Amino acid sequence: MEVLSLLGDGMLLSLQPLNLVMILLGVTVGLFIGAMPGLGSVNGVAILLPVTFLVPPGSAIIFLAAIYYGAMYGGAVSSITLGIPGASTAVATTFDGRPLARQGRASLALVTAAIASFVGGTVANVLFTLFAPILASVALSFGPPEVFALMLLAFATFVGLGGDDIPKTILSICLGLVLGAVGFDQISGAPRLVLFEYNGFLQGIGFLVLAIGVYGIGEMLWTIDQTRGEVTATTPKMTIKGMAADTKEMVQRGWKGTMIGSFLGFFVGILPAAGATPGSLMSYGVAKMVSRNPAEFGKGSVDGVAAPEAANNSASTGSMLPMLTLGIPGSPTTAILLGGMVIWGLVPGPRLFVDEQEFVWGLIGSFYISNVAALLINLAFIPVFIWMLRMPFTILAPVIFVLSIVGGYAATRDMFDIWLMVGFGLGAFFLRKFEYPLAPAVLAIVLGPIAEPTLRQSLLLSSGDPSIFFTRPVAGPITIAALILIFLPAFNFLRRMRKNSKKPA
Amino acid sequence: MRVGEIVTAGFLALFSIYLMWKSTELPIGYISGTGPGGGAWPFWLSAIMLICCGTIAFNWWRGTSPPSQSDEPVLDSHGWRSLLFVGGGIIGFVALVSIISMYGAIAVFLFYYTWFLGRHGLFLSLSMALISPVALFFFFEGAMRITMPSGLPFTDPVFNVLYDIIY
Repeated sequence: MEVLSLLGDGMLLSLQPLNLVMILLGVTVGLFIGAMPGLGSVNGVAILLPVTFLVPPGSAIIFLAAIYYGAMYGGAVSSITLGIPGASTAVATTFDGRPLARQGRASLALVTAAIASFVGGTVANVLFTLFAPILASVALSFGPPEVFALMLLAFATFVGLGGDDIPKTILSICLGLVLGAVGFDQISGAPRLVLFEYNGFLQGIGFLVLAIGVYGIGEMLWTIDQTRGEVTATTPKMTIKGMAADTKEMVQRGWKGTMIGSFLGFFVGILPAAGATPGSLMSYGVAKMVSRNPAEFGKGSVDGVAAPEAANNSASTGSMLPMLTLGIPGSPTTAILLGGMVIWGLVPGPRLFVDEQEFVWGLIGSFYISNVAALLINLAFIPVFIWMLRMPFTILAPVIFVLSIVGGYAATRDMFDIWLMVGFGLGAFFLRKFEYPLAPAVLAIVLGPIAEPTLRQSLLLSSGDPSIFFTRPVAGPITIAALILIFLPAFNFLRRMRKNSKKPA
Repeated sequence: MRVGEIVTAGFLALFSIYLMWKSTELPIGYISGTGPGGGAWPFWLSAIMLICCGTIAFNWWRGTSPPSQSDEPVLDSHGWRSLLFVGGGIIGFVALVSIISMYGAIAVFLFYYTWFLGRHGLFLSLSMALISPVALFFFFEGAMRITMPSGLPFTDPVFNVLYDIIY
């Protein structure tokens, strides 16, 4: 009952005029960003983070969370009407959304995506409300070894579950952690890693500089390099009567996919490194597996649109759970949100539920309001988003570059950081060419300043004995799980080698 | 792509060695009573980076990673041209900030991009180049009270007119 009372207060707080404006603005901006090919929630949150310094921290994080929500809805618009996923989270939506649009049923696909997203978001919000206080109360007893073990687990999931090249993933994590260590040693206060003796590095490398460099400049360079072909948009005919009929059809043909995506997406979203993209792809796969008409998938299945769309919304809420309760982001977007919260003086983790109860429940309440707002705005403004999608990329791209640089300067007030941002953008472009995953580096630069002191404090507690991470009842299993995830790919590799060597020549 | 993959790994290996060397400016071992030295964290992370570079090179030699199997160029002529014009444009934009102010640089960059790269009409390009910086000026300087770089003194008369409007 206490949870319901806190949730009620949170909802009232999020309905205050400023917060409501932030929700509506954030959802609309998120829908637009999510709908633009090549841009996703992570780009929107990274580019617009500096702009939020105009409002109080609570309203700022509500705005960013609303962008995250809106972007998850918006991704489906370009997947269905253009056949290009707005973001990687909407890739699976293209499989059946585009065939439906080609059959002249774009309206059904868009309505299905919107309603499935709404159901996915609602299920995830309820699960979040139930699990978050329990997890936070357990995490209150954590000391430095437990916190470091959790950090290790967060990085290990990137290695074990990320699906990218393992050495490149580990390199990306380490690079982010080392960049996060530039500036001053937190314990002794001595200057550290002042690269090329340049004094600009004394102030450290802010996560925002890396995030905007990678997701603002680098991502746009990548999109410019990749999108060369002609893109044809399918314009759906949307009428109130038609949408009502589509809703009825969606409920009949898409309920199973919606339910699978809603629950599976949430639990995949909780895992660091997993997030909305694998959540939506897995849900699509499971929906196809349990379907009575698996052959329909890929040709215009309603379940095939509903499952990934419900999953990506559900996963985005799921990824907030470890971020708010444990201080571990479940996705690159939540890593940036976490960095923003730290800038605003809010430290994510179990203490947040005790010290900043009003903020936490206001944010959770805003998830529910954002979900409803996103559904209504999405359905009402689909024609506007489609009109916007026809905006030439040569107009959108310079606007995003300008916003990245101006936003970066507004946050750091230092031209050195802007040069660094441009450098990171160009570096990210080339690293991505060679398939280096960059999300782990962004996550690492956020978590590095938390991971290092907890490691050092733990080793100080144990007089340098690393067994402290294995002998404590909570830290032990987490560390072992992390090590299994780290060494799992190596074990699989050795097993494959052994199998190959046993084969007769 | 194949050559590019090993060159990138080599560059990252050199950077890792540099970071390891730089980390040794602070103690990298365990100091009794105070715990691990300030250089230990970046030193060992850089060492792991170096090992990863070695593994990437090994995989390149075995030809197991997709870029090491690819004979395609890293960037074709269109890609290089895009990178040169867009990346060069961004570098030019940032370089111009300290000369003609942030807003002046925005105007030049937007005009360059929309007119020269985007091949849009003169009216649209000029409109974007003039309206956007003015709107951003009122947003940042007027609403948010954030002062952007104003460039060399010759830009002062323009800023004086704009500041008279907001103050």
